[in-house]
Amino acid sequence: MSLHTLSVADLSAGLARKDYSSAELTQHFLDRISSSNPALNGFITITAERALGEARAADQAIAAGTAGVLTGIPIAHKDIFCADGVRTTCGSRMLDNFISPYDATVVERLGAAGTVMLGKTNMDEFAMGSSNETSWYGPVRNPWDHAKVPGGSSGGSAAVVAARLAPVATGTDTGGSIRQPAALVGISGIKPTYGRVSRYGMIAFASSLDQAGIMAPSAEDCALFLSAIAGFDPRDSTSVDRPVPNYAAELNTPVKGLRIGIVKEFFERGMDGATGTLVNAVLDQYRALGAELVEVSCPNLPLSVPTYYVVAPAECSSNLSRFDGVRFGHRCENPKDLMDLYKRSRGEGFGSEVKRRIMTGAYVLSAGYYDAYYLKAQKVRNLIAADFKAAFEKVDLLIGPTSPTPAFDLGAKVDDPITMYLNDIYTIGANLAGLPAMSIPCGFDGHLPVGVQLIGPHFGESRLLSAAHAYQGVTDFHRRIPAAYV
Amino acid sequence: MSQPSTPAGWEVVIGLEIHAQLATRSKIFSGSATAYGAAPNSQANLVDLGYPGVLPVLNREAVRMAVKFGLATGSTVARRSVFARKNYFYPDLPKGYQISQYELPIVATGKLDILLDDGSIKTIGITRAHLEEDAGKSTHEGLGASSGIDLNRAGTPLLEIVSEPDLRGAKEAVAYLKKVHTLVRYLEICDGNMQEGSFRCDANVSVRRFGAEKYGTRCEIKNVNSFRYVEKAINYEVARQIDVLEGGGTIVQETRLYDAAKDETRSMRSKEEANDYRYFPDPDLLPVELDESFIEAVRATLPELPDEKADRFCEAYGLSRYDALVLSSSRDLADYYEAVVAASGGAPAAKLAANWVMGDFSGALNRDNAEVSTARVSSDGLAGLLARIQDDTISGKIAKEVFEAMWAEGATADAVIEAKGLKQITDTGAIEAAIDAVMAANPKQLEEYRSGKDRLFGFFVGQAMKATQGKANPGQLNDLLKRKLAP
Repeated sequence: MSLHTLSVADLSAGLARKDYSSAELTQHFLDRISSSNPALNGFITITAERALGEARAADQAIAAGTAGVLTGIPIAHKDIFCADGVRTTCGSRMLDNFISPYDATVVERLGAAGTVMLGKTNMDEFAMGSSNETSWYGPVRNPWDHAKVPGGSSGGSAAVVAARLAPVATGTDTGGSIRQPAALVGISGIKPTYGRVSRYGMIAFASSLDQAGIMAPSAEDCALFLSAIAGFDPRDSTSVDRPVPNYAAELNTPVKGLRIGIVKEFFERGMDGATGTLVNAVLDQYRALGAELVEVSCPNLPLSVPTYYVVAPAECSSNLSRFDGVRFGHRCENPKDLMDLYKRSRGEGFGSEVKRRIMTGAYVLSAGYYDAYYLKAQKVRNLIAADFKAAFEKVDLLIGPTSPTPAFDLGAKVDDPITMYLNDIYTIGANLAGLPAMSIPCGFDGHLPVGVQLIGPHFGESRLLSAAHAYQGVTDFHRRIPAAYV
Repeated sequence: MSQPSTPAGWEVVIGLEIHAQLATRSKIFSGSATAYGAAPNSQANLVDLGYPGVLPVLNREAVRMAVKFGLATGSTVARRSVFARKNYFYPDLPKGYQISQYELPIVATGKLDILLDDGSIKTIGITRAHLEEDAGKSTHEGLGASSGIDLNRAGTPLLEIVSEPDLRGAKEAVAYLKKVHTLVRYLEICDGNMQEGSFRCDANVSVRRFGAEKYGTRCEIKNVNSFRYVEKAINYEVARQIDVLEGGGTIVQETRLYDAAKDETRSMRSKEEANDYRYFPDPDLLPVELDESFIEAVRATLPELPDEKADRFCEAYGLSRYDALVLSSSRDLADYYEAVVAASGGAPAAKLAANWVMGDFSGALNRDNAEVSTARVSSDGLAGLLARIQDDTISGKIAKEVFEAMWAEGATADAVIEAKGLKQITDTGAIEAAIDAVMAANPKQLEEYRSGKDRLFGFFVGQAMKATQGKANPGQLNDLLKRKLAP
């Protein structure tokens, strides 16, 4: 059996038994990356030397008996996380030359846990996109079909895990950027509760929605890594000071008696026929596992997309102001004055989707429009959150599709932002309400994977993961590997 | 009601926005130091530099200081206040937005009493006071065609104190500014150093015809950094606006800069050019929620406030309102004064002590640009000098000489008096001998005096004092002279 087909738990056990060293494991993935990444384009930066150094250090820790469960496991980081001494581009020309002088908390904690960083993964520029086509570094291919998109914005992380170029990857999710690509490439991905994982060192897109999470084949893999990155960080005022469960230890919590809410509004519109069939089969599977399925309604949920596309651009228009060509990042040649420096540096450094969102955001915050757009969107956001709260008084988890369709053709929606934005129709609600949510593979529409989404109440990660784990105990979709990458 | 510098028929309306730099050790949203004068950019960390991915964390000490100000001005301290982003591009603003407070400031609706020239008290409304971060500094000197940016100041905590448009002239504005200046130093929340920019203000100035209900169009004068310049800038601006209006023109709402060298204000940007700051709540920071116990704990740290102290000085020491206000204008000076009084036997010495502390002592501090805490004459030292005046060992005039020697040498009054032989002459025989000698040396003046030129008495006093090197007891000298000069 090849190392890249093993779960994180199995890899960890193999390292502990010294069946192979972390250096060998790391080299195995680096070899796979060298041969496959040129076509897949999942990595922007490959940190081979650093990875082998970290692997040797991990091997010493294993030999010394000081290793933890994640020591020596290779990981890929979405290129939105700052890593000390490593180029951190956020998928943008703006940061093509940016070497971060510090580690993001997520990177720091995973480093401290002994993981080995393989490289930085491709992504939509500044995490703005649902197909990975807005990256300055070119589109990422879907490992199941290179003519298809892998989803976005964490498309690189999704693709490299699906292609088994890395056992696991970090991602971020502002409106579905972990869950939608996870669904489109057939892996598991969890977006924790807002505040569960520190945002420090994660380049901000929309601060009130951004949340870091884990992408891996199985819920069990996700659980192992989530425990390592979760927890209060004094450097992020919005992180929550609350104990972190050992998610892996709680994975076997039974599903029997679990009340799962079928969100009526999710099933009413937009979903592809095949996707609908597969998601409905998941409901049957949970019934068979002993869960109780009840229909619930979140009447304001259909307003998620317009609400999100006011709030997120508003925050991004301000968050991206720091990229001004003055202190770091892209600076235009021979600026003739300050205004020229700003205009050309930003004009050249940002791609069109980023510019579209900055302009939208500036507009909704401007004098005379703030009340009609930003303030109204915040009110709707509160209504959506209240809908979820009411639903969670009746049920333990919510279920629905992750994405309305399987992976679509590269280039199919790139000129039609509204259609592209509708990809996030099922995922955005959890971000607006700050809820934990995950996508797990639930079958195939032809040769393309389809995902199902579970949404939990605040800090309900453990319940989400154990429910997903139970499903994965009776299905094998999460173990399927695209033929070209076996 | 009208100010001397204002032509009749016009009323001046002024509101001030004061920026007080809070005396925290670290910045408002980062751990960098706030000390003044460090090498450029040596006190700017990744948060201050606005690096990708960094986040602000609120400094609790800044909150505590803002609450202190709120409590001292009888303001409403908000149980919940919110930080907002003020968006604009400028090289000294690393993030492209300033974190400030907008709709929900931490302090609102307070007041402060000021003393007017005519001795009456006027209450000035405080609209609000909010926390915000300072920007960095752009420098252009010695860099050729380039500009430099120093971000040491970026992220320094400021309390912006906004007054109601209650001030009716430059003098009132300065009195209010001084009052706030005194208060923030009392509260130990700001060092008040105007040269280093720790305390600065913008003035919103407009004029209207007396009796008019609507305010005139206002201009904002930016960043005036001394009391004198505030007065001059406002007076210039008032005269300019009246000139424009009397010439049939209209005032354009704009921001103006005061040029101290030319003593004029000039336009920086008009309202049309003004930025749309696109304020919105900062999603990186939670709302500031304060509970009663926090507020009460801050209240417990409030010192005796300047007005309370001045009232007590009037009552306990029988000082004039003016003297009480001068002595209470700084906590250090007030404490020094009270120590001198206490060491001089209490209330009976209070007026003498007040004259000396406000006079020679303050004069010496100003001359040497010294602080009360590092003064060369301690409160005990000054009390020692006052004791020698009170027991007639030296005259008030000699005492000034003794004080200067004490200041220069760091010696006690007694040591100086002894060393210089300045002890007052109270021996009648010695004084009479000196008078006799003066009379003998000035026969012509003596004759004139005795034939009715009374005003020559002063001449004889002066000559006799000179003959005793100023040491003769003035009262005795007067009595003896009167007797001896009599025909």
